[in-house]
Amino acid sequence: MRFMNGISLGQFIPGDSPIHNLDPRCKIASTFALLAGLFLASTPYDFILWGGLLALLSHFSKISIGTILRSGRPVLFLIVITVILNLFWTPGHELFRIGPLAVTREGAVFAFSMGMRLYFLVVFAAMLMMTTSPMSFSDGLERLFSPFSKIGFPASEMAMMMTIALRFIPTLFEETDRILKAQISRGADFESGGLIKRAKSFIPVLIPLFVLVFQRAENLATAMEARCYVPGAKRARLNPLAWRMGDTLAIAFVLGYIAFVMFAERTLFRALPL
Amino acid sequence: MLSVRGVGYTYPGAPAPALNEVTLEVARGEWTALIGANGSGKSTFAKICNALLIPTQGACFVRALDTSIEENQRVIRQCVALVFQNPEDQIVASIVEEDVAFGPENLGLPHAEIRRRVDDALELVGLASYRRRGSYSLSGGQKQRLALAGALALAPEVLVLDESTSMLDPEGREDFLACLKSLKKNGMTIVQITHRMEEAVESDRIVVMSRGRNVWDGAPAAFFDGAYRNWDFEEPDEVALYRALLADGFVPNATPPTVDAMMGALCLS
Repeated sequence: MRFMNGISLGQFIPGDSPIHNLDPRCKIASTFALLAGLFLASTPYDFILWGGLLALLSHFSKISIGTILRSGRPVLFLIVITVILNLFWTPGHELFRIGPLAVTREGAVFAFSMGMRLYFLVVFAAMLMMTTSPMSFSDGLERLFSPFSKIGFPASEMAMMMTIALRFIPTLFEETDRILKAQISRGADFESGGLIKRAKSFIPVLIPLFVLVFQRAENLATAMEARCYVPGAKRARLNPLAWRMGDTLAIAFVLGYIAFVMFAERTLFRALPL
Repeated sequence: MLSVRGVGYTYPGAPAPALNEVTLEVARGEWTALIGANGSGKSTFAKICNALLIPTQGACFVRALDTSIEENQRVIRQCVALVFQNPEDQIVASIVEEDVAFGPENLGLPHAEIRRRVDDALELVGLASYRRRGSYSLSGGQKQRLALAGALALAPEVLVLDESTSMLDPEGREDFLACLKSLKKNGMTIVQITHRMEEAVESDRIVVMSRGRNVWDGAPAAFFDGAYRNWDFEEPDEVALYRALLADGFVPNATPPTVDAMMGALCLS
């Protein structure tokens, strides 16, 4: 019996598409621009255009639109709560009433925009994670943050930490699995009782796991030092990041698209009812 | 190549020294097997060799560079590469080739040179076809060869192996030792810490450690001629066979007690 299954590379979907092959810096910067753009332009009609962008991204990343849309599922609950709160607690022209709660026109518009905005925020961020391998993501972050290392921000240490964390996820799953089995073979019961009882029964798993993690960390630190690692020292790269023409074009397109949505909101969509 | 002079080391807070007055010279191209009971100071010795630990007494020199001088340490760690017992603890990256590149990346080498070293090291340990694989998907033996490749990518002159075969199955151990033999042929200096007498017998020289001191130093043939009994070491099968062959006059006296040498002598006679 295996308790911990699956070796996860996060949401990454390996592939060979124009978007997969973009420089991670380009993708990270574009995503941040899009997240900002979502806050700048989020009237209900804007989401037609944001949806159009998703369709384009789906086409160029060879990831099905269904997979992309499903990536928002983890925050669905949060979105529902946000929509309900905004729907009933926004003052304005009353549309209809459910018991003591009034639904206003402003509330309906606002709730829709807020819900969609949250959803698109998550989906755009997921788009980045689905098309960027964790390694190149951490490389990209390191390079983006490297200017801040002059003021003491540990950019390369941060990237190294991410690399190691990713490397140890499967190992820790294996170790947890091993400890679980060892405790079960000695009569531990993880599957009966209420929530609190079950949570308590995990203590004999967590303590050995923590001890193990610290030992691992110590040994790994020694091994890294033995291989000439010096924290904060400048390191070379096996696969250095290369910014290409396509990256410039991609980021220019994203910025242009955001400008277009903002423009449309202020001109075209203003004429529409709401 | 490696010169350890009167080295003592006491771990911070420890009541007794882990190493005491150890003096040892390792020549270029020599394969030394370092054996001894647990806690005899073998692992401490390994860490002294590449400046992970600085002797609290005496001094250690690598290519005449003092390990206690901080400016030397980068060159020393590049020159003396260490492979540890548990491969899991030495693998840094999730992708095989990126892990091998870790050392050269730390040295700040140019991109093409890193690529060349990674390819060479993977070729040497026989993992070239696994370069894009996840390091977690390898078997134990493959992981340890990956750790070896990571050490080799530093282009070291000395390889210190701290019980690097102890967690491998017989097949994995065989593969690992085959790698070492071909490295040795190409002039690599090897210091191998081991509990296995059948590995020690393959070396050029055996050094016995006991309670932080090196108490015996000599050729495997001399060691298994009787010296080994002083420290409860077991006689490996190779040596038993060797003794039988020697008694019946099948192999000449000067033959080293390794399988290869005995086979060579038998085929000649």
